[in-house]
Amino acid sequence: MGALPEFAFARPATLAEACALLAVEGARAVAGGTDLVPNLRRGIERPAQLVDLGGIAALDRIEERDGALALGAGVTLARLADDARIARVLPALAEAARSVAGPAHRSAATLGGNLCQDTRCVFYNQSEWWRRANGWCLKRDGDTCHVAPQGRRCHAAYSGDLAPVLLAAGAEAETATAAGTRRVPLADLYREDGAAHLTLAPGEIVARVFVPAPTPGRRSGYRKARARGAVDFPLAGVAVVLVVRDGAIAELGVGLTGTNSRPFRLAGTEGFVGQPVDDALLASLAKLIQKQVSPMRSTVTQSYYRRQVASVLAQRLVRELAAG
Amino acid sequence: MPKRLLTLAVNGRRHEIAADGHALLVDVLRDALGLTGTKQGCDGGECGACTVLVDGAPRLACLTLAASVEGRAIETIEGLARSGRMSALQQAFHERLGTQCGFCTPGMIMAAEALLRRTPHPDEAEIREALAGNLCRCTGYVKIIESVRAAAEARP
Repeated sequence: MGALPEFAFARPATLAEACALLAVEGARAVAGGTDLVPNLRRGIERPAQLVDLGGIAALDRIEERDGALALGAGVTLARLADDARIARVLPALAEAARSVAGPAHRSAATLGGNLCQDTRCVFYNQSEWWRRANGWCLKRDGDTCHVAPQGRRCHAAYSGDLAPVLLAAGAEAETATAAGTRRVPLADLYREDGAAHLTLAPGEIVARVFVPAPTPGRRSGYRKARARGAVDFPLAGVAVVLVVRDGAIAELGVGLTGTNSRPFRLAGTEGFVGQPVDDALLASLAKLIQKQVSPMRSTVTQSYYRRQVASVLAQRLVRELAAG
Repeated sequence: MPKRLLTLAVNGRRHEIAADGHALLVDVLRDALGLTGTKQGCDGGECGACTVLVDGAPRLACLTLAASVEGRAIETIEGLARSGRMSALQQAFHERLGTQCGFCTPGMIMAAEALLRRTPHPDEAEIREALAGNLCRCTGYVKIIESVRAAAEARP
């Protein structure tokens, strides 16, 4: 990898200080650095100043009240994976956190950083000379998407593991700027454009995530397909929250990652409420997923496989959760 | 870009270093402090050779900005031996042939050290998970896992 470009470094102790620093053009937030630092070393970004959010104690809290969670954006993935409250209320979140990269990444990487991680593509996560030799690409410095040269947008894939779980559980995000905070449904943080997948304004950061209290009896899980059993990003990742009452589905939420330029909550699952979990239902679920995922050739694995495996993972997970 | 004075606590000793704001921990350890036991492998967070401990947790020094770990307890492979005697893990890697070319070894041992402090008697699955981010191109991993298990068994 190349050397880091030069930048100024600040480590504020409060959120207000951080927001004031981030309001200056050319400033960029960094937390664990596991996503940003490799990109900086590949010459992908050249910020004038990095604002390290790791010194802000207020972002480092996990709170739980009657099953509702308030999670600071600075909480590390290692803590999410180990926290007893999360294991009880939303085990899929702990599972997803545990499935990210390796242990040394997880003790640095944060919730906020994972939610905001950059989209990935074989034509993008490369060294500067590699990208230059290929005429750059639509996501950065170029005008053609090598994945879909006829298209008008970037098809880099979003690969965060936590977002699908939080989307399935109906989470909201609190974002902060120098002007104040706002609270939005987590889904509103994302758009289907690999080159601009976050809707955050310049200088705006995710400060906290709120997860509503679960319906009694809710089960949840997360599964991802990847080439190796560890470290790799998901080729497709599926989160499911499920409530089964008297043999029929009372609640079903499905979140997907790795297949599109944004993580998303599967639309139309309310149509399954009242039905038993059987082969017919799982076949309909698979069909619904096939319609809504759109993997492109942004990984070395065929997009056809990623489309298939997304629905297979969802079928297995729903069957498993329904069986208890 | 002006340098800044960094105070880093490495292996129980305080060091004051004039470093760039964009200095990486791996470069400060190796070049400024001469602690070359921490290896620079892939240099992009993929191989684990540069694993060190920060407040007891494993971290990749090649992805860590030195200025972000000021005031934290940093430990490298050089900090494990006591009065010239190898630590239990180092001894086990030596005796069980957990080391071949040795390049991944400091990272392997620091990752395993973090595991054994948290989980003194891990099962094989826990050892494998703790070392999942560390690549070795010589051993095929079997001897490494045996070494960690031997060190754990030697513990009271």
